[in-house]
Amino acid sequence: MTDFILRALLAGLCIAAIAGPLGSFVVWRRMSYFGDTLAHSSLLGIALGILLDIHLQLAVILGSVLFAVLLILLQRNKSLSTDTLLGILAHSTLAFGMLILALSDAVQINLVGYLFGDLLTVSTSDLWWIAMTTALLGIVLQKYWGQLLAVTVHEELAQVEGVPVSRLHALMVIMVALLIAVSMKIIGVLLITSLLIIPPAAARRYAKTPEQMAAGAGVTGCLAVCGGLLMSLYLDTPAGPSIVVTASVFFLISYLAPSLSGRKA
Amino acid sequence: MSHQCLVKASNISVQFADRQVLQNVNLSVHQGQIVTLIGPNGAGKTTLIRVILGLLPVQSGSVEKPAGLRIGYMPQKLHIEPTMPITVRRFLELAQRKDAEPIGRLLEEVQVSHLMDHQLGSISGGEMQRVLLARALSQSPQLLVLDEPAQGVDVAGQADLYQLINDIRTSHHCGVLMISHDLHLVMAKTDEVVCLNHHICCHGRPEQVSVDPSYLALFGKKEAKNLAVYTHHHNHHHDLTGEVVEHSHD
Repeated sequence: MTDFILRALLAGLCIAAIAGPLGSFVVWRRMSYFGDTLAHSSLLGIALGILLDIHLQLAVILGSVLFAVLLILLQRNKSLSTDTLLGILAHSTLAFGMLILALSDAVQINLVGYLFGDLLTVSTSDLWWIAMTTALLGIVLQKYWGQLLAVTVHEELAQVEGVPVSRLHALMVIMVALLIAVSMKIIGVLLITSLLIIPPAAARRYAKTPEQMAAGAGVTGCLAVCGGLLMSLYLDTPAGPSIVVTASVFFLISYLAPSLSGRKA
Repeated sequence: MSHQCLVKASNISVQFADRQVLQNVNLSVHQGQIVTLIGPNGAGKTTLIRVILGLLPVQSGSVEKPAGLRIGYMPQKLHIEPTMPITVRRFLELAQRKDAEPIGRLLEEVQVSHLMDHQLGSISGGEMQRVLLARALSQSPQLLVLDEPAQGVDVAGQADLYQLINDIRTSHHCGVLMISHDLHLVMAKTDEVVCLNHHICCHGRPEQVSVDPSYLALFGKKEAKNLAVYTHHHNHHHDLTGEVVEHSHD
């Protein structure tokens, strides 16, 4: 029994450590609906993976990245507001995914597991995918941190100073898509955005710089994963909701507790 | 002026949907020169500087800049996302060039050294404009492009800010292109005024522009009169209580 718990724990920690900094950008750039849309669309990736009989994790990653690119392109040609565009795509891709799954009688898949996460299903190969992807994301994030931050604070100022703004925006969307693609098994499609949003929100009040907020979010996320997995193990609750509930408790504590340094953020 | 031409925009026309925003606009800024762009709201002033900065594509006409021209840009206003904690120091670090002056030195130059470790979201409008000016200076600019630099600054602070911009022009040997509504304050320091209302209505030295019929038609006699008063009686300075202070500006 310790094996699968250890795998789930390691996978969860990898994800939370990257979701903190990456999620801070999602919060700063107000991309949470973006994250939701990408998450919903990843179910379509699973459905297509099953239909075409290719490796599921690979199918989800490819599907999410393709979908992210599509979103970026659609957003550039501004015929619809981003909000409407995301609303249409989020739900139509989710619906398409469900339809394909319903019509393909080939395999019985654990749909609830994909929607809400299931730590029992994290295999050693899943763990490898998660570790490799999050390591890659960590390296990219580290490399482009300053530029991403400059673009987030003021896009035009950054552009005049020579930062390649649209390329960095695309990079950001693709990174979020990748993280969502590998997090699906453990957190689930419907809850993954919350792991991007809640830990940064909890860390906000105690941070003086973007870096402190990102690091605080990473730590908060890791604690939420530990707490959530313990809850899941002892109360037999689904993994994703347990992690998210733990994270939101941390957020509530941070929100209600008096500011550490006595300074209002 | 024999100084180097920093930017030369020729025959710029911009159309958004079926609205002609700019029509055959010509503008150039030389080293050491302050060019002030005035005009009513919606006249296309910001559009013009966005084209010059390269933030908008040149639809027709041309913008010539020397290769590698260093531009310091001060946007109209900075919206600080309330979810992002960021100090003034960190904000300025984001723009750091390798050859830039240290941040302490930049803040000293715009006279807000004490704000270094303050949160960007907690400083006043006037302080913010100075921090933005410091960020523009961090580029070691040859050309400063300022979009309404005195926006949100109280009246006493506005004159000081324009004085600071004038000093920077001298100490950095840079050209300045700015948009301003504070005609009476900027005119005295401005070398060239460009009055824009989709096309260039008139341009020239402030004292010429202030009597130009198209300028008077656009801004009315009253504003023009203020301007004349300020350009010609600019030999004293008011302190914060309104007392006249003997002070040489140039």
